[in-house]
Amino acid sequence: MLVVSNKQNDQTDLAMSQLRSRPVAASMIIIGGLIALVFAMALSITFGAADISFEMVWKAVFAFNPDITQHQIIQELRLPRVIGGAMVGASFAVAGALMQGMTRNPMADSGLLGLNAGAGLVITLCFAFMPGLSFNQLILFAFIGAGLGAGLVFGVGSLSRGGLTPVRLVLAGAAVSALFGALSEGIALHYHIGQNLAFWYAGGLAGTKWFQLKVMLPWIVGALIVSMMLSRSITLLSLGDEIAAGLGQRTRTIKIVGTLMVLILAGSAVAVVGAVGFVGLIIPHLTRFLVGVNYRWIIPCSAVLGSLLVVLADLSARLIRPPYETPIGALIALIGVPFFLYLARKERRAL
Amino acid sequence: MKPMPAFATDRVRTRRGAFVMSILGILIIAVFIVSMNTGYICLSPFEVVKTLFGMGTDQQSLILFGFRLPRIVISVLIGIGLAVSGCILQGVSRNALADPGILGINAGSGLMVMIFIGFYKDVAGAPVYILPVLAFIGAGATATLIYVLAYKRHEGISPNRLLFNGIAIAAGISALMIVLTLMIDPTKYQFVATWMAGSIWGSTWKHVLALLPWIVILIPFVIYKARVMNILNLGDQLATGLGTPVEKERMKLIGASVGLAGACVAVSGGIGFVGLIAPHLANRLVGPKHQLLVPTAALTGGLLVIVADTIGRSVFQPTEVPTGVVVAVIGAPYFLYLLAKSRN
Repeated sequence: MLVVSNKQNDQTDLAMSQLRSRPVAASMIIIGGLIALVFAMALSITFGAADISFEMVWKAVFAFNPDITQHQIIQELRLPRVIGGAMVGASFAVAGALMQGMTRNPMADSGLLGLNAGAGLVITLCFAFMPGLSFNQLILFAFIGAGLGAGLVFGVGSLSRGGLTPVRLVLAGAAVSALFGALSEGIALHYHIGQNLAFWYAGGLAGTKWFQLKVMLPWIVGALIVSMMLSRSITLLSLGDEIAAGLGQRTRTIKIVGTLMVLILAGSAVAVVGAVGFVGLIIPHLTRFLVGVNYRWIIPCSAVLGSLLVVLADLSARLIRPPYETPIGALIALIGVPFFLYLARKERRAL
Repeated sequence: MKPMPAFATDRVRTRRGAFVMSILGILIIAVFIVSMNTGYICLSPFEVVKTLFGMGTDQQSLILFGFRLPRIVISVLIGIGLAVSGCILQGVSRNALADPGILGINAGSGLMVMIFIGFYKDVAGAPVYILPVLAFIGAGATATLIYVLAYKRHEGISPNRLLFNGIAIAAGISALMIVLTLMIDPTKYQFVATWMAGSIWGSTWKHVLALLPWIVILIPFVIYKARVMNILNLGDQLATGLGTPVEKERMKLIGASVGLAGACVAVSGGIGFVGLIAPHLANRLVGPKHQLLVPTAALTGGLLVIVADTIGRSVFQPTEVPTGVVVAVIGAPYFLYLLAKSRN
């Protein structure tokens, strides 16, 4: 652990207390958000090809009876789907919050910065060349892929003489995503795995299985806990590297651990839902607007709101034109793009 | 080939330009012939020539004239159109990374194409000639939107903001296209998906005829305006000082660029990066003078797309990889390279 002298601790606290932060609002968002999340999930479960009442959902969850078809539908199809949605939403949102805090870049998002495309490419490669992989191994490969994408984007961004600017990162992210997307597409076509992957490109929760969630859960929960532990340091980093270092933070260690958490969160989420962007962009900004700039509150609030966004997007994806499903990646992009444009116009650097 | 030395005189440049262009022309013809041989059914070069002169079997002439030739002609035309479109955009925005694909103009015309296809149940029987017009409207609307969004009072247009907004708009329009297709007619989702991947879908003589007038009219216009583009390159203030109506000329040129991109995208798919790479390569070959740059970029673009299309059809047999995918695999690393090299 960091050994910090009393004096430094005082300074750190002073710096923290000067930050705009609203703990009350944050607590309300967390509690209210969780209640809303439970409602949204219940609503999402009741809706589908077979109509199921709220009561039935309650019974299926708390008094499961395998002889009733509806209970089976809920347990095997709908429940993993909504839980998956919530987990994925939390992962993308927290990954985005961490990236924005560490890089002080308002445009940081795992979709925009090539992480999702990298994970996607590696998953496509796995489908094509190693079809027998277990889901656990697939997730590990997805981490590597996310790292590859991020490494390439940040590498190119920092190679250029002007240094890492938000514009350059987004441009590099777009190019890397285009490249990886094209490669995945070519491989998918050649090896006839397009069917397995078609929906996955655009993002969808339709095929989520319990075993996937079981594999994913420890990773995501672990990464969320570590992110919470890092939150104080991330807040200081978001003030600038020099300030953080001056206040006794080991910036390098924090950045490495933080980056690992981002890769784990984004990689495992992509492995389940596919390339869904903009969650990590919208949610942290919204949260920062609501609760202030202290990451101790931003991270949990982002997790809750991110889950809510993805669960609701998944619900509306099924409502738009049943029985067809609209890819949730496309739906979230429709909200995300205007938001991105708004941010680009503001270009204020207050994180 | 070595980049053009800065001190080269006009005569040297012109001679070199002519040389480079003839080499490119020869290469295009060579790839043209190779491309006609390759495909699911192989034809030897001799058979191709024989069929071209009307002495092949019925089957051979059907393959050649019915399927391969129009597609090859279209891929060359698309390459030319997109390259010139990118060349104009890079010139007038003075931004080395501008390209109709990256700026979202392709996506805008794609949206119109999709709406068009949504209204006509039978894609093959639809009136093809309106397609480029519709695509032009879509591309124009998108370009206006991006321009307006990137405009800030007191600051004017920032090239970076232009790109930034373009990327976002392109992502948004693609998402909108997916949602709309599923709402209009889910069976056409597959069509839109392959369209966005950039497979050359319109490959009949009808499509060639729909595209040709745009190329034939707009490219000579752009070459005619080459002098103006040279002056615009000096910067707004200097150009105004030299007596050029800057805004008016810029609008005309952007209009031409949007028209070219729209028409090309209407018959092909969302092929990006051609408008980015071709002008850069041309610049290295013949230098920045637009009189030489525009035609060289056009030929480079044509060569690029015909090569990409041939690779996509032949290398991964029996799979046909969309041309846009092949171009992106070549183009994206080049974009990254340019980005890493750029100063601001």
